[in-house]
Amino acid sequence: MLSFILRRLVAVTPVALGVSVVCFMLVHLAPGDPLSAVLPVDATQETIDSMRAAYGYDKPLPVQYFIWLWHVLQGDLGTSISSGRPVVSEVGRAVVNSLILASVATLIGFTFGTFFGFVAGYFRDSLLDRLASAVSVFGVSVPHYWLGMVMVIIFSATLGWLPPTGAGPDGSGNWRPDFEHLRYMILPALTMSVIPMGVIARTIRALVGDILSQDFVGALRAKGLSEFGVFKHVVKNAAPTALAIMGLQLGYLLGGSILIETVFAWPGTGFLLNSAIFQRDLPLLQGAILVLAMFFVALNLIVDVVQTALDPRIERG
Amino acid sequence: MAGTTTPVTAGIDPAMGAAGPKPEAFVASVGFWGGVGRKLVRDPVAMTAAAIILIIVAVAILAPWITPMDPYRGSMLKRLKPIGDATYILGSDELGRDMLSRLMMGGRLSLFIGVTPVILAFIIGSGIGILAGYVGGWLNVILMRTIDVFFAFPSVLLAIALSGALGAGVLNSIVSLTCVFVPQIARVAESVTTQIRSRDYVDAAKLSGASTLTILRVQVLGNVLGPIFVYATSLISVSMILASGLSFLGLGVKPPEPEWGLMLNTLRTAIYVNPLVAALPGLAIFIVSISFNLFSDGLRSAMEVKS
Repeated sequence: MLSFILRRLVAVTPVALGVSVVCFMLVHLAPGDPLSAVLPVDATQETIDSMRAAYGYDKPLPVQYFIWLWHVLQGDLGTSISSGRPVVSEVGRAVVNSLILASVATLIGFTFGTFFGFVAGYFRDSLLDRLASAVSVFGVSVPHYWLGMVMVIIFSATLGWLPPTGAGPDGSGNWRPDFEHLRYMILPALTMSVIPMGVIARTIRALVGDILSQDFVGALRAKGLSEFGVFKHVVKNAAPTALAIMGLQLGYLLGGSILIETVFAWPGTGFLLNSAIFQRDLPLLQGAILVLAMFFVALNLIVDVVQTALDPRIERG
Repeated sequence: MAGTTTPVTAGIDPAMGAAGPKPEAFVASVGFWGGVGRKLVRDPVAMTAAAIILIIVAVAILAPWITPMDPYRGSMLKRLKPIGDATYILGSDELGRDMLSRLMMGGRLSLFIGVTPVILAFIIGSGIGILAGYVGGWLNVILMRTIDVFFAFPSVLLAIALSGALGAGVLNSIVSLTCVFVPQIARVAESVTTQIRSRDYVDAAKLSGASTLTILRVQVLGNVLGPIFVYATSLISVSMILASGLSFLGLGVKPPEPEWGLMLNTLRTAIYVNPLVAALPGLAIFIVSISFNLFSDGLRSAMEVKS
């Protein structure tokens, strides 16, 4: 197992390096250099040149990349242009908030998604199956930012049950596990959970149908195993894939939460990215995207390893 | 090989022979696409979805001539009228512009920025994937490993990162969404092509002396475009949501141009005054997105392509 993990680590290194190149190039995609947004319009050529030299933007691109990578490897993502604080601390705080929200949403989505998926897979073409299919089509088709708005319209603007935006009553950016803070989390978490719910329900339905049509299920029934006993076997067979999808969905939500976080003003990475984009704070944009993408790569790796560990049918070679 | 030593094929154009009708064509005289069409017509869900898409596309194309009012002209006195108003059937927006007219006009840009990236990615991604799959070897390794890097980004993040770096605008949002979908389509195209490359009929065509170009055109393209096409149609719904999402964030279409995502954003401030009107543009995105999804599902099962 250890050698398997090591081999996966080696295999993922080129991908991680590629991701770092893409993130590095992001800053250089933008018209003008990253400083043009912060320098005054009437800055002299002399000032521009000295600033460029100070930030290292005068060096050739490959050299800049390796200097940047060296700093990144030491945990230095540069300085935010708009706030002047280190990017690492800004991103770190936001990632924690996003991770809390995304985890809760994934958990809700997974619970309902597996339920709908199992029901639909077991009772094919029944009314329940149709309902489950409708839920999953809804989940993948609804613009989640709009769903967020609709939730706010219903539960905040009309009924007045839940707060529409923010992460807590004091307006602070730190989420705490108490009742007041929990109320702020309900709407964004429910909105977010709809996406993995649809995907998970769809996958589990197909998976369960597949498993039920296999010979061993017939054999189990033939030897007189109760329906619950058969069900346990189905769960066991579906679990590795289901868990893998749950892990990947968490990654997607973490990276893709920007729209929902913007709707709910949730102080996470999405919100941070949004402000970085509009203040043209390119180091912050670059750092946040690098962290999120690396998180996704790491999550993929973990999912891969866990799935292999759980499922003896997957070869470790 | 063929044509030089084997007298059997002499006088027969090998490419013609390879392109000739396959045995099943004699059984089902309608051909493959005819069969798919017949199955689709019998699928009420897919047909309803297709009808909705056609109506919305027609309204979007004809919008400049059929909108009841000027979608750009507002009135400070007639802001945020409710749905069912005598003059404004679907109400008016935060600047007193007619919602129905703006929704009709908005469909043009929303559909354009949603569908164009998928078409572009279909062309570019299929090209890359078929090339990688058919040539194989080191070219495959280089192309597919590069594509793996893009798979390390969740698509929403990649779209926002690229258009955030490139700056707001219709063209930039189309470019970034195309970059998001090219790797996805290329990966499907590569795996389908790799499977088909080793089929007997490709070997048969090679042995009959058909040129690489002919094999690519007849045997490979003819068999891989279907599955890639189905996959691409399933991306349109995601693309519509993302494209309008970029505008919603202020990264796509700029005001005062009507576009569903942007309209949704500017109407956010009105959710306490007139929630139903504020939610309308999102409903439009949702209807188009779910229609494309249902149609794509129907097409998939009509073609019996596994997801």
